[in-house]
Amino acid sequence: MFDLERWQEILETISKNKLRTFLTGLSVASGIFILVILLGFGQGMQNGISAQFQRDASSRISVYTGVTSKGYKGLNPGRYIEMTNEDYNYLIKKYEDDLEFKSSVYRIWSGTLNFGNESGSYRVEGVYPDYQFLENEDMVAGRYINYDDQEKKSKVLVIGNKVKLDLFNNQDPIGQQVQINGINFKVVGVYTDPGGEREETRVFVPLSTSQRVFGGADKVGNLGFTLKPKETFQKTLEQSVRFSSEIESFLKERHLIAPNDTSAIGINNTLEGTKRFYDLIGMIKTFFWVVGICTIIAGVVGVSNIMLIIVKERTKEIGIRKALGAQPLSIITMILHESIFVTAIAGFTGLILSMALLEVVGPNLDMDFIKNPSVNFKVAITTVFILILAGALAGFVPAWRAARIKPITALREE
Amino acid sequence: MITIKDLHKSYTMGTNSLHVLKGINFSVQEGELVSIMGSSGSGKSTLLNILGMLDEADEGSYTLDGVPIKNLNEKIAAQYRNKFLGFIFQSFNLINYKSALDNVGMPLYYQGMKRKERTEKAMAYLEKVGLANWAHHMPNELSGGQKQRVAIARALASDPKVLLADEPTGALDTKTSYEVMDLIQGINDEGKTILIVTHEDDIAHMTKRIVNLKDGLIIDDTAVDQVRALSHV
Repeated sequence: MFDLERWQEILETISKNKLRTFLTGLSVASGIFILVILLGFGQGMQNGISAQFQRDASSRISVYTGVTSKGYKGLNPGRYIEMTNEDYNYLIKKYEDDLEFKSSVYRIWSGTLNFGNESGSYRVEGVYPDYQFLENEDMVAGRYINYDDQEKKSKVLVIGNKVKLDLFNNQDPIGQQVQINGINFKVVGVYTDPGGEREETRVFVPLSTSQRVFGGADKVGNLGFTLKPKETFQKTLEQSVRFSSEIESFLKERHLIAPNDTSAIGINNTLEGTKRFYDLIGMIKTFFWVVGICTIIAGVVGVSNIMLIIVKERTKEIGIRKALGAQPLSIITMILHESIFVTAIAGFTGLILSMALLEVVGPNLDMDFIKNPSVNFKVAITTVFILILAGALAGFVPAWRAARIKPITALREE
Repeated sequence: MITIKDLHKSYTMGTNSLHVLKGINFSVQEGELVSIMGSSGSGKSTLLNILGMLDEADEGSYTLDGVPIKNLNEKIAAQYRNKFLGFIFQSFNLINYKSALDNVGMPLYYQGMKRKERTEKAMAYLEKVGLANWAHHMPNELSGGQKQRVAIARALASDPKVLLADEPTGALDTKTSYEVMDLIQGINDEGKTILIVTHEDDIAHMTKRIVNLKDGLIIDDTAVDQVRALSHV
């Protein structure tokens, strides 16, 4: 390998046969190039889709209740289950370290809002301040409900943008008094929701106020949570699934519900939906790998073909060399050395070019589902080495054939 | 130097077997300049190929410089060729992407000689054949006569015991042929054993001994008065 004489011989041969060398190199370089670009975009898609999910509170876990379908411990089926503040307080205390945002909700299904001569029917919900983040709402004006409102059971109100348009036209709603079912509330904020108009027809009041004013006592309709993300998606998902089932069994025990009753407690874990997207990304990445590897195989076959042609073309030269005293081993090493050398140079060229392209194009790429395509350098380097090895194998068969050429046959060849 | 006893060789071509050499007995002393003559199909090239270890005999013995040449594998054959023999071909057989100098250096490369030494030695042989000024030219920039002289320099480079020439003037015009023959005679004068296969009478008469082959047998083997090629140039 480090025989200087042989290197000189190889380099001379390569430099005198530029086209041949170029063609061999091209198939290898393009193979690596395509593989790295594909892998880069696979990663880019993952980055892009992950970013999409980060924008929504995609890890929300909602808990709601219904009617029991099975009798349990002497209780008849058909009982309506209602959660209480106690349930909520117990849960947020127990999972204090894991929870990111949390809120319970008390719903007044038909609330009639009056402002001056305008009126409308909207969904009124009593919530905690965190609810803004569970719903992914942004403030257009004013503020959201805060803990102070909660403490003081203030009669304040946050309205959706659509409600504002319905009731206030072009007036500034902040500070205005609005009647909900005849009771006065002061508007403190207007929100917008990425979910659109339907989501903006809701109004929010402090939970404590709603329970007192609308006769809810200590009842809550449903619960919403998000968990703090873990270092990997897999761990986050595992934790989230565990959390869901723990809540479920806690509530079932507390409200005397049969463990196999599926209709009394409902838990909606959006993270599991997210998982499907991640599975999809995983499949896309696998597909890219398969395509990439096929490309490499095509490259290797290409190298093998070209090496066969080279040997054919050089048959006479090999015959001359043998007549001059070249031993079979030296013919094999000559062909192999050349094949490995060309494959290596071409492989690294393809690698560098594709990495450079990803570096330049990657950060400037602004698409919804592709973000910052990049490739793991170790993976790319390993691929190049595998290709070099494959190139050596690809060169070996032709080299072996070359070494067995009889000088007399070779010399007759014109 | 060369001793051959009862040499047989046949080729199979499809279903036909062609008996080319039918028992050749023949020996060459050191310093001889021998021409092997015969019409095409007489087996002269086959004989030379066997002598050159490029091909193997079916039967008979062949001794070169006291070494019996038999049961050769590729590796040993390659060693012997490099050590004992220098080849000169009708079609020159230079490697076309290497300069004259590098072509001459090839046998030395396969002897494992270092580049610097190799180049010096190759240069000395090119000078000997009068092509020192053409050392860095490619074969396609040389005339036929020049190419053959490069080939002769290459054959000499490894300092072989015997030079084997297969129709060395076959692709050259008369004047160039005589120039090449003059060179070969000069090399023979220095004591090198040389075998030439030819079908040209004038070339054969420039050697010291003519062996005539017909249908795979030697029909005539006579010493001749050498005609100096120089007198014709």
